[in-house]
Amino acid sequence: MGKIKDADAVGEVGNLNCGDVMKIYLKVEKNKIKDVKVETFGCIAAIVTSSLLTEMAKGKTLDEAYKITNKDISEGLELPNIKLHCSVLAASALRKAIDDYRKKFKV
Amino acid sequence: MKRIYMDNGATTKVAPEVAKVMKKYFSDSYGNSSSLHKLGRDANKKIEEARKIIADSINAEPNEIIFTSGGTESNNLTLKGIAFANEKGSHIIVTKVEHDCVLNSAKWLEKQGYKITYLNVDTDGFVNEKDLEKSINEKTILVSIIHGNNEVGTIQNLEKLGKICRKRNVLFHTDACQSYTKTEIDVKKQNLDLVTLNSHKIHGPKGVGALFIRKGINITPWQHGGGHEFNLRSGTLNVPGIIGFSEAVKIANKKDIEHMIKLREKIIEGVFDKISDVKLNGSKKERLCNNINFTFFGIEGEGIVGYLDEKGICASTGSACSSNSLEPSHVLQAIGFERKDCNSSLRLTLSRYNTEKEVDYLLKVLPEIIEKLRRFTPYKNV
Ligand SMILES: Cc1ncc(COP(=O)(O)O)c(C=O)c1O
Ligand SMILES: [Zn+2]
Repeated sequence: MGKIKDADAVGEVGNLNCGDVMKIYLKVEKNKIKDVKVETFGCIAAIVTSSLLTEMAKGKTLDEAYKITNKDISEGLELPNIKLHCSVLAASALRKAIDDYRKKFKV
Repeated sequence: MKRIYMDNGATTKVAPEVAKVMKKYFSDSYGNSSSLHKLGRDANKKIEEARKIIADSINAEPNEIIFTSGGTESNNLTLKGIAFANEKGSHIIVTKVEHDCVLNSAKWLEKQGYKITYLNVDTDGFVNEKDLEKSINEKTILVSIIHGNNEVGTIQNLEKLGKICRKRNVLFHTDACQSYTKTEIDVKKQNLDLVTLNSHKIHGPKGVGALFIRKGINITPWQHGGGHEFNLRSGTLNVPGIIGFSEAVKIANKKDIEHMIKLREKIIEGVFDKISDVKLNGSKKERLCNNINFTFFGIEGEGIVGYLDEKGICASTGSACSSNSLEPSHVLQAIGFERKDCNSSLRLTLSRYNTEKEVDYLLKVLPEIIEKLRRFTPYKNV
């Protein structure tokens, strides 16, 4: 967890209702995610899911990473219903970062 | 791992003395306190003793106390019972920092055609006396103001607020669930007409409470049946619960309060010493002896609670994710917090059972947790 200073792309999502905000940083090489880090302002569910997501996304191609769903991340975590909305954030933050990369580098 | 419990604002451990006294009334003296036989009379005698203990503790008469199922019921009975004893269109004043059971009763009454004013508070959580006076009109029947705030710990000056209500001839109610046995409640001195009390915040059992109703007040019951509790609250009495409640009142004492204040001050000092960008919420001086509420800017309260839990410490937050709603705390919003900072609070609430050693441990792990969470928050500009 943390920040990548010279990131190629950034994706930020926030949910003011709950107060969870995530910022994902990407380092991309040959269409693959070389490094990914996340900063999270949030509850435990948000922290855990965002940290899990970075582990899952590292090494994947952009296309593969884009397909990671909220379900893939929260599987096995037994999050209570009220917390599901916190875990949705991680996947959308990553997609936003990938969108940002594609827009910047036109790929 | 031995658990350190610092969430006594949510509920407390039943004191061993209380549990011991209650036991007999489950399986030996289990009579219905309305029954005429020996077991019934025994139970009834203990109930009347309990009523006297609780009445004495707030300078009231025993026949001014009715037993209920807790704070929620007492507050509901107060708002709805007084409203329905008056015509629709009557006006009730509450504050923006009440417990949900008062706020939601008020909102419900609004739908039934009653007028409600939600009073603002200042940044420490105090109701302004002039605001109260100004909001009273000829239709006003009731003012309900929480005594010790369950979230930020601020204790209102009941005596002054009550005097205004008395002068204007409107009933004055206070929800004293958090303050009972922790600071003085004197219904005569403080001009109180109704007072909500409960048992599970003071080391008594859950599901028991009381309502003080000054003699001569017209209140409409909403639980009808056998006419228990002076016809105001029908239903077989929770004998073990009520006896446990009164035992908890009996054993509460000044030394506990001093002990909690000492620990409270040590935590506040320690946190300000070791952690930056932190604010103590609520009044510094007029504060519940067991309540501490911090805002740690830039990080989320529930993250802190989660990591404290991992370290064996039970605490809570006023933030949205901790409760079953997604709304940020109405209390923090009322004392002037921006929405984004409403989720950054931590509430620690102490009891007589906390120790100095536990506080030392807290002060060791909390700064580490805050530092860790701040390392990966996207809000760096705090
Ligand atoms: C200030 C206040 N009022 C009312 C209640 C509700 O009391 P109970 O849980 O006994 O229904 C609580 C605690 O939950 C409280 O802190
Ligand atoms: Zn959350």
